[in-house]
Order: sequence, then C-alpha cells, then structure tokens
Amino acid sequence: MNDPLNLVDTDVPRLPRGVRLTPDRTRGGTVLLAPEKAVRLDDIGVAILTRVDGVASFGAIVSGLAADYNAPVDQIRSDVQRFLTSLRGRIYLELA
Amino acid sequence: MTTPPPIAMLAELTHRCPLSCPYCSNPLELLGKAGELSTDQWADTFRQAADLGVLQLHLSGGEPASRPDLVELVQAAHDAGLYTNLITSGVGLTPRRMDALESAGMDHIQLSLQGTNAPLADRIGGYKGGFDRKMLIAAEIKKRGIPLTLNAVMHRQNLDDLDRTIEMAIELGARRLEVACVQFHGWAIKNRAQLLPTREQTEAVKRTVAAARTRLRGVMAFDFVPPDYYADYPKACMGGWGSAGLNVIPDGTVLPCHAAESIPHLTFEKVTERSLRDIWYDSAAFNAYRGTDWLPDPCQTCERKDLDFGGCRCQAMMLAGDAGATDPVCVKSPHHDKVAALLDEVDAADADAPFTYRKIG
Repeated sequence: MNDPLNLVDTDVPRLPRGVRLTPDRTRGGTVLLAPEKAVRLDDIGVAILTRVDGVASFGAIVSGLAADYNAPVDQIRSDVQRFLTSLRGRIYLELA
Repeated sequence: MTTPPPIAMLAELTHRCPLSCPYCSNPLELLGKAGELSTDQWADTFRQAADLGVLQLHLSGGEPASRPDLVELVQAAHDAGLYTNLITSGVGLTPRRMDALESAGMDHIQLSLQGTNAPLADRIGGYKGGFDRKMLIAAEIKKRGIPLTLNAVMHRQNLDDLDRTIEMAIELGARRLEVACVQFHGWAIKNRAQLLPTREQTEAVKRTVAAARTRLRGVMAFDFVPPDYYADYPKACMGGWGSAGLNVIPDGTVLPCHAAESIPHLTFEKVTERSLRDIWYDSAAFNAYRGTDWLPDPCQTCERKDLDFGGCRCQAMMLAGDAGATDPVCVKSPHHDKVAALLDEVDAADADAPFTYRKIG
C-alpha cells in the first residue's frame, strides 16, 4: 500500500539525465530510452510522460489527465501512481 | 516466423586494450589495428543500424577509448539518433576527452570494475595502476552527473567481495550495478579453474543480490547474470539468436553474439561486403538458429522453449560439440553430465594457479 516511492501531490517528477522519450521510426509508437534499456510505451504511458516536464506537480498531472480524458480523478491517480512508482523503482524517474 | 528488427547493437570498435583481463569476451584470435573499420565505415554502419530499427548502441572493445576517433564515432552515433552507451575500463579517458564526449551526445557510461581495491583489481586486469586511474575517471563521471552503470565482473577471486562492490557502486553514484558473473567463452575458458565460483559462492551471490535489490529499490537498479554452470536451466542467450541484438567486431564482421565465431560451420559476413539489413534478415548465419523450429527433442516438447530458446548456442558447441544441441547446462540435456564432470574437475584443479592473460598476437 504505502510504497515509499509513491509520489505525493506536490512532488514534481522528471526524467533524469540519460532517460528520454523518442519516436520509434521503424516499429511506430514511442519508446522510453534509458541506460541499456528501451521500454515500449502504450498510449497511456505516452500521455503520462509527455506531461512529466520537471515543472508540473504529480497533482497537476493527475488532474490534467482526468480533465482531458473525462475520467474520475481517483482512478487516474491510481493508474499514474502505479506507472510512475514503477519507473522510480528502476531509476527512470526522479523528483525535481 | 517473422523476423523482428534488432533493438541493440554492440560495436566492438577495437580489440586493443590496456588491460588484459583473463575472462575477456573477445576471441582468442584478436584483431590488430590494421584490420579495424575506419571512422567513416563505422559511422555508416551506425546509420544503417538506426535505419534498421536499432535504438541502443553499445560502444565497446577491447577498450573503445583506444580509438583516437572515439569522439567522432559518438557524434556519428548520436547524429544517427542512437542512444549511445560507452562501455569502458576508464583507462584512456581524460577530463578533456570527457568534455568532448558529452558535447558529442554520449548518453551513458558503463564502467567496468575488476575488483574493489588496487591490488585485486590490478592483478585481475593485468595492468598496474589501472584501478587508481579508473577511480579518477569514476569521480569525474560522478561530478559531471553522467548516467553510470558499474559493471562488476564477478568470479571465484572476487565474489566474496560483493558487499563492498555494492557499497562502492553507491559511493560512485551508479544508477545501475551489473553483477556479471563470468560466462565461459573465449579467454575465460583458459582460466576456468581460477574463475569458476564455488557452489557456496553461487548461492551467496544470488541471496546477496536479491536482498540488495529490495533494499536499494529506487536508489540503484541491479542487472544480474548468474554463474550458469550451477543453474538447472540455461540462459536465454541474447534473448534468442538473431532476435534482439547484433554485434559488429573491429573488422566489420557481423555476429549474432560476441562468441558466435566459435561455431565453426557458420560463415559470417562483413558490413564492407553486404548491407547490415541483408545480413540481419537474409544471411545464413543469422537464420541458422532463429526461432524454435530447429530445436532438438528435449526442447521441442519443453514448456520453457519460448523462455530460453534452448539456451546458448556457443555453450552447446563447446560442451556438447554441437551448436544445434540443447544447452548442456539444462538438466534435461542428454549432455548435462558434462557440466557436472566439469564442476568436479574444476573443484579439484588449482584455483590459485596464475592466470593466462589475454594478449594480441
């Protein structure tokens, strides 16, 4: 439940140096490139990570997505939390 | 079966290296400087790789810093859109050269670690002063904030030092630690008695890595390559032959894995003779062990068939004398007794005998 890597609303996530999004011109779609790894992203992953800019807070990212997708904030929050926490676990995400 | 495009390419820019590690993954027949691809040939190969679908480029060797044109090569890789990883011992890098590499778009460094202190590391690397130079470069990497993976090559002589290795990786600011237990190909075979861990060490490294992985989640990530002679099932070598990655050696020969030349009946083609795309999709060598249709009997009916693809072809060649056999590491292999015999033989051998260090010529 209370994963120490969970984000709180005021946390500002960002991609650390050496981690970036890139279009995959051979296979299509977007991949997250990280040290010695390439992670294929689905549309939800892309929607979340394009909002991770080192300025927007976790809370703002969640409410922005909820508004854009016309979805319940709690559901969005738990999806975004799960995704970003897993990236933090692999050091693909840090707090600004 | 449709062949997917490759994701990663290992470019062995040169076999030259100031170190002479007794487990070097380069072949026993090392190539000299004269046979190496030129700057332009490498740059063209990187562009072909990116066009083919490669996302990750690993610049390795030998020691890639032994190439005077390393900065130009990183620039070419970056311009081709590749994620550029420099795999180095650190020897041959200077602050000035690192300025240029950063400007050229190097994304990440994988720094090798032979041991946690100078006497041990310099004995393993066969290069006096190497450890101290590496530590200077490691400090420089940390100061600059360059993403760092520490690649600790582990074996009988340094596995008992794993706790200190993990501590050191954190001190150096590594984001990832690769605990890479020596795999027995090339030079490592010549030094198997000195390098093969004991069963106790093998159990201990698995426990230590599992505990550290939990304790350090979010601080440092782990990649773990266990010593496979003690395993019940083989490794899924390269994620399957000709499936995810390819390897270009200093003279432009393209291999499905770094040890593939140990399979004598295969002929490997060069980027100077044929396009990378044709070699990947159409060459006989890349198609030889693709997929699972070619797998022999214990594999064909095995539920792990799509997990490990029958294991490592080079290991099957070496231990069973047949690259098309089930990897003898597998408990289901009819040749599994050869692995057991090898472990017994190594147990009785002199683990303190001097190393046969790698050397060119």
